[in-house]
Amino acid sequence: MNLNWNYIYESLPLYGEAMWLTVKLAFWAILFSLIVGLVASILQHYQVKGVQTVITAYIELSRNTPLLVQLFFLYYGLPKIGIYMSEMSCAIVGLTFLGGSYMAEAFRSGIEAVPRGQIESGLSIGLSRLQLARHVVMPQAFAISIPSLGANAIFLLKETSVVGAISLMDLTNLTRDLIGMFYRTEESLLLLVAAYLVLILPLSFLLSWLERKVRYAEFGD
Amino acid sequence: MARSAEILLEIKQLVKNYGERNVLDDINLEVRQGEVTVILGPSGCGKSTLLRCLNGLESVQGGTILYRGQNLTDPGTDWREVRQHIGMVFQSYDLFPHLTVIDNILLGPLKVQRREKQEALQQAEQLLERVGLLDRKNSYPRELSGGQKQRIAIVRALCMNPDIMLFDEVTASLDPEMVREVLDVIRGLADQGMTMLIVTHEMGFAKSVGNRIVFIDQGKISEIAAPEQFFTKPQSERAQHFLDIFQYDH
Amino acid sequence: MQSLGIEVLFQGSNFMRLLGGLLVTIEIAFTSIFIGTALGLLMGLLRTLKSWPLRFILRFYLEAFRIIPILVWLYVAYFIFTPMLRVDIGGELTAVLVFSLWGAAEMGDIVRGALESLPKHQLESGKALGLKAGQIYRYILIPQAVRRMLPGTINLATRMIKTTSLVVLIGVIEVVKVGQQIIELGVIKAPNASIWVYGFIFILFFLVCYPLSRLSRKFERRWQS
Repeated sequence: MNLNWNYIYESLPLYGEAMWLTVKLAFWAILFSLIVGLVASILQHYQVKGVQTVITAYIELSRNTPLLVQLFFLYYGLPKIGIYMSEMSCAIVGLTFLGGSYMAEAFRSGIEAVPRGQIESGLSIGLSRLQLARHVVMPQAFAISIPSLGANAIFLLKETSVVGAISLMDLTNLTRDLIGMFYRTEESLLLLVAAYLVLILPLSFLLSWLERKVRYAEFGD
Repeated sequence: MARSAEILLEIKQLVKNYGERNVLDDINLEVRQGEVTVILGPSGCGKSTLLRCLNGLESVQGGTILYRGQNLTDPGTDWREVRQHIGMVFQSYDLFPHLTVIDNILLGPLKVQRREKQEALQQAEQLLERVGLLDRKNSYPRELSGGQKQRIAIVRALCMNPDIMLFDEVTASLDPEMVREVLDVIRGLADQGMTMLIVTHEMGFAKSVGNRIVFIDQGKISEIAAPEQFFTKPQSERAQHFLDIFQYDH
Repeated sequence: MQSLGIEVLFQGSNFMRLLGGLLVTIEIAFTSIFIGTALGLLMGLLRTLKSWPLRFILRFYLEAFRIIPILVWLYVAYFIFTPMLRVDIGGELTAVLVFSLWGAAEMGDIVRGALESLPKHQLESGKALGLKAGQIYRYILIPQAVRRMLPGTINLATRMIKTTSLVVLIGVIEVVKVGQQIIELGVIKAPNASIWVYGFIFILFFLVCYPLSRLSRKFERRWQS
């Protein structure tokens, strides 16, 4: 394979821009997903009638449909009923719709992993349900959830690769365009893979470090 | 201990079912101020369930529990309020792993009782001193031994200034050499006149600390007696059998 | 009354065409799941062996799929491998190739996890009975591992079905592409088609994936206790 280094060098700024877009998208998507997930898991935990059905339906819909179709629906479908969103907003809404349910599941299993005895001993000193959640259950559930929350964050970052389908100039879309324009296939793909490695490898190492650190939510020391 | 002391708890015809199974059946018991009641019985006889009912951790299907005349089986019972007066310590300690020892103890006084931090802290430190763990106040639970954790759990309950303390097999998951340090704390409380209900398998302890023994078998109270009498001349055959087994074991 | 636009789904052969598109999606997904599972079983067994170079290579292989998005691998395969081999194997085969290799990596991890979670004494008591290594796997380890693997495997299958939607981006004519064609054709006559068509495809995927998710959870619960 004879790589054209000059082409690679000249394309770097474009890839830099696309990476920045990916980072921005992932940042907002992860943030909003965490919020949606947290709220959903708390509402589910308290078994609020009616709300619970809605949340279960949301989680099932979100987990059992592809992001690409979700995005197409948001981007091409919703304007027909008068809901217009920019490409960026569509991508963030779509990714949040997807990620929210994954985060909710992570929080839920964290909450379920808090031993029953913790709740009982909290009750026995007279804590209210809310105080119990705030001081006893949530801090522990959150620590237990960290590995899966982190894994979901990486998952969302990877899923941003789909947003090219609604005309955002992300890494994959850029690569496709460049290949179409210059036929520098190997170079473009190499840059594409390298860009994802640069984005995700550090996160992946951070995550496995965190996982070792918080295994079984150990506190102290 | 004077039989004329005020009645704190009055349990009448208490019934508890798990589905079809009858766990507690027609339990009648009075607990007076300063009395140390030790509850004995074979595993699964319902003795732990009885304590849990007194702390609102189990629903009951019949009968009444009166605490200072207030009916706790009333569905409108404010358990948050009641639990501040009836403290409970569990077999598995259940300290909050993410909080330091002192924060574990202060959570209730500060968040539930909304007491002054300074005053609560002072009491907490006094209690820690008394159980010999003041130097561990900034430790996390996982840095402590089982016996230390259990003593902290007792302090956590005591710091709410309860009228009654419930001890649910608090030494059952401890290494034998740590049982003593925990029992000594409870004995100290008895000497100070704390009203207590104690579920235990430590027969020697039951005998020496209890004012009376309540023997529960298959969900029913089959005997209430003074310790000397219960351990030497149990009335029922079941109790005799129970004691025989323990003599083999210990 | 103004037309809602939902009729577009039932005009002409549209409905059948969409289902036909779904069939292509499912075909790709299931072929990949089948090949991926077969390869993954082998890979999982290999990953329990003590050879460290083998472990390293296979772990590296798995991480490659975990770190780089599948769409990127689809592009790599589509733009590089097929031209390199000088045969145009088309988008469909490219997709099957990439998904099978990905499935093998993930399946290998599921198999390894299941095998390693088996109590060690199972293997030892097998040895004590005088069974050969192959027999120990065949009669003792694999049957037990299978039940531990099943929920994860079904989950992987749903993930692969969902991911198959990406093949539209390398030019395969499947359910999403058929949807696009229907929408383009109806630009004038059925201007609201896109919401119905994409909504319908959304539901189609749900109808395929949801039962599998339920099944996986059922197995998980049954074998947890």
